[in-house]
Amino acid sequence: MSRHWQLLLRSGAFVSGMLIILFWAACALFGRLFAPFDPFAADVLSTLTPPSAAHWFGTDQLGRDVLSRVIVGSRDVLEVAPLATALGLVLGVLLGLTTGYFRGLIDEAVSRVIDAVLALPLVIIALLALSALGASSATVIVVVGFIFTPLIARTVRAAVLAERALDYVAAAQLRNEPTLRILLGEILPNIMPPILVEATVRLGYAIFAVASLSFLGFGIQPPSPDWGLAVSESYGLINGGIWWPALFNTLAISSLIVAVNLAAEGIQATADA
Amino acid sequence: MSESTDTLKVENLELAYRVRGRDLKVLHRVSLCIRRGESYGLVGESGSGKSTLALALVRYLPPNGRMLAGSILIGGRELLALDPGQLRELRATTVSMVYQDPARALNPSMRIGEQIAEIFRARGENAAAARSAAGILLERVRIGDREAVLERYPHQLSGGMQQRVVIAMALAINPALLILDEPTTSLDATVEVEILDLLGELRRELSTSILFISHNLALVARMCDRVGVLYAGTLVEEGAALEVLRDPRHPYTVGLLRCLPRRGRTKNHSRLDTIAGFPPAPGDVLAGCVFAPRCGLADDKCRTCAPALRAFGARCSRCHYLERAQSLPRTTADELPTGLRIDREEPPLLQAKSLSKTFRSERSALRALHDVSLSLWPGETLGLVGESGSGKTTLARLLVGLSAPDAGGVLEMAGQTLAGRSEAREPEQLQALQIIFQNPDGALNRSHTVRQLIERVLVRLGRLPRSRRAARMLELLRSVRVDERYLDVRPRELSGGLKQRVAIARAFAGAPRIVVCDEPTAALDVSVQAAILNLLTELQARHRVSYVFISHDLGSVRYLSDRIAVLYLGRLLEIGPAERVFSGPHHPYTAALLSAVPRLEGAAQPHRLQGEIPSAIHTPRGCVFHTRCPRKLGPVCEQTEPPLLAGAEPGHEIRCHIPAAELQDRDA
Repeated sequence: MSRHWQLLLRSGAFVSGMLIILFWAACALFGRLFAPFDPFAADVLSTLTPPSAAHWFGTDQLGRDVLSRVIVGSRDVLEVAPLATALGLVLGVLLGLTTGYFRGLIDEAVSRVIDAVLALPLVIIALLALSALGASSATVIVVVGFIFTPLIARTVRAAVLAERALDYVAAAQLRNEPTLRILLGEILPNIMPPILVEATVRLGYAIFAVASLSFLGFGIQPPSPDWGLAVSESYGLINGGIWWPALFNTLAISSLIVAVNLAAEGIQATADA
Repeated sequence: MSESTDTLKVENLELAYRVRGRDLKVLHRVSLCIRRGESYGLVGESGSGKSTLALALVRYLPPNGRMLAGSILIGGRELLALDPGQLRELRATTVSMVYQDPARALNPSMRIGEQIAEIFRARGENAAAARSAAGILLERVRIGDREAVLERYPHQLSGGMQQRVVIAMALAINPALLILDEPTTSLDATVEVEILDLLGELRRELSTSILFISHNLALVARMCDRVGVLYAGTLVEEGAALEVLRDPRHPYTVGLLRCLPRRGRTKNHSRLDTIAGFPPAPGDVLAGCVFAPRCGLADDKCRTCAPALRAFGARCSRCHYLERAQSLPRTTADELPTGLRIDREEPPLLQAKSLSKTFRSERSALRALHDVSLSLWPGETLGLVGESGSGKTTLARLLVGLSAPDAGGVLEMAGQTLAGRSEAREPEQLQALQIIFQNPDGALNRSHTVRQLIERVLVRLGRLPRSRRAARMLELLRSVRVDERYLDVRPRELSGGLKQRVAIARAFAGAPRIVVCDEPTAALDVSVQAAILNLLTELQARHRVSYVFISHDLGSVRYLSDRIAVLYLGRLLEIGPAERVFSGPHHPYTAALLSAVPRLEGAAQPHRLQGEIPSAIHTPRGCVFHTRCPRKLGPVCEQTEPPLLAGAEPGHEIRCHIPAAELQDRDA
């Protein structure tokens, strides 16, 4: 494992991605301590002021400091997106392991369902599900997690198929190893590299999905300073020349997604090595 | 001898691979020359640097390979001084290379005709001329149905046919130097012998010089005028092929030859000799002779002062004591293993009755195994011999229960019926019947340590109280000669031989009564192979375990087996006591297999087989072997499948219409 860490730490993409992620994580945890203003304090006297020396990123329609809100705004997405990814990962890995290992009828059936799910646009299904279940952080986690499950399962299944053909699996069967043990103790450790890559790639998508859902009003709910939510509240103002609330929140979202993808790229490169 | 008569002259070549900023030397001042029309064999075990040398000769080294010193003259031109244009021209006109795996040397998406014609078109010939030149080339490599072959894609040809095409393409430029890197290693014995015949004929017809690279000493003896023996990047011995192999003068060559099971010698006669220790890793710096750490003759002089290549007659050897190289002491004691005992009065331990296995797909049925019956006695080794597609591995998997036989087949162990699939077998039955797989890389879980690999078997099959497991594990490791310090190491960090030892320890962890060995030495070098065969014998003597030993290497089968079964296209063609199967009367297929093996003692007159192994989807009617049989009687062979008839003694059976007595006549 230490060899992998050494390789990772030598990868520029991974290190720069992780630095940005850690920066936003620190903002999520301790942002209230170093934000210049209270992100929730409205100031009706100075609404929609452009960036200035006092308010670097300007203020929004309630007069709240945009910089402070961007700093604190990473909290919800950094909670919801990883949890959704984790849920998808657990379900997807279990599904991929079983379908890949047993093959046969279950595999056929599940694979067709996966194909069908993959054919539908992600955000549309999420919207349908969320309007049925009601929007909250918890439902976003569940819905995005479930949508990720077939995608992850497909990757895991392919890796399991390759491993299953190796004789160590036959050797385990010949000592009457319980199936669960073969799946989790024998095969799983060997397919960790592709799973890890898949997890980071999915995390990037999850951040994007959560931000999109918030933007559409089905995700994280006000008064959270969430970036996606903030963009949805302020994008209508762009036509009026008030660009700053939308721009800085959008930049924050992109920086986080780019950072996760950089980290994923680094992990992929070392997993292949 | 003037320079101009040397096709290839390599002088003091030093070559290194750059790994993590360090130069790891893989060739140490290698010098050799090949005269015009001469065939030179380069022998060495894996890691000796023989393929690196071949790649260097056409400057196809990977990007981190560097030549540190020396020169390579091809046809008198200095290879290292050529610019990219000249290098291309050299590869296009003077040097050709044939690699080990023909399937990867051919472009899978191009018809054979186009691929060959490309060479001529590159020289500016028009399409029609190129096409007819391609046809002529195929004629040169003795391909009969030329027009049909030109129209096919590589995957539609058998391995032997593909290699012929690759050789034809290599000959297209009339090369001055032809480099053959293990050209027959991936082919079956009966196909290998055809390719070697072809190369032998071409050698006589053309004035091409040949560099023949192989790990197989007997092959090189057959194919080459002179041989060089490469050890750890150093040329340790060189001379006329037959002289070197009959009268080796370097302890490494002596040791290597002793590792081979000699004809007629079996586990009941003597243990195989091995070479102790491991070759140095690339980059290791040794003060003295490279072989000294493993050499039984080495003294202080060998360890401190590297010997120069000493000439004697037309030969040379890099040894201080070449005069007494042959007095190299044995590494393993020559004592007879005691405890090898088979009692045919006892009931057989394992009985297979009319086992068949058909793999069905939507459109076709592949009959991998058809009506095979055999028995295995306690303490006995049954050798299974056959070419690829003969059903050896299918049979192994049926025996251990990794796949279930077709309905009608019965497997019994110690009088009890064995369920088809392993999961339906009793724990005691699983424990009693284990397998050693061919490739330890796939058979050992790469994320587990040696300790975990063996412990799991002790937990599942060993039925030992927890307190005794650690002791048992150490005992197992000792019995396969794996040092304790490897306990917490993962397979990746072990050498091939060590990995296979761990796999053997795992198979023996549950104290089995039968172990199926599926080509356990196929992936190993000869010196390692000898040690593994010794180990298997020792374990058999100690535990009175029975083996089903599968191998395509007749030498090791002969060494280890008490009885031998010959399979062809899923049918049992001959079964009997080992010495009887080897001495005859033979089934015509057995005879062909035996004669296809190149021997150090000089070639027997080979029985060549016609044609190719038919597909198991469309097995021939009648006798499955009739399409290739040199002794086909006539319609009876095409229509009626012969029964297994009594051979020369009880327990020897041959599936042939020709009576055993007549088969014997012909062999004699």
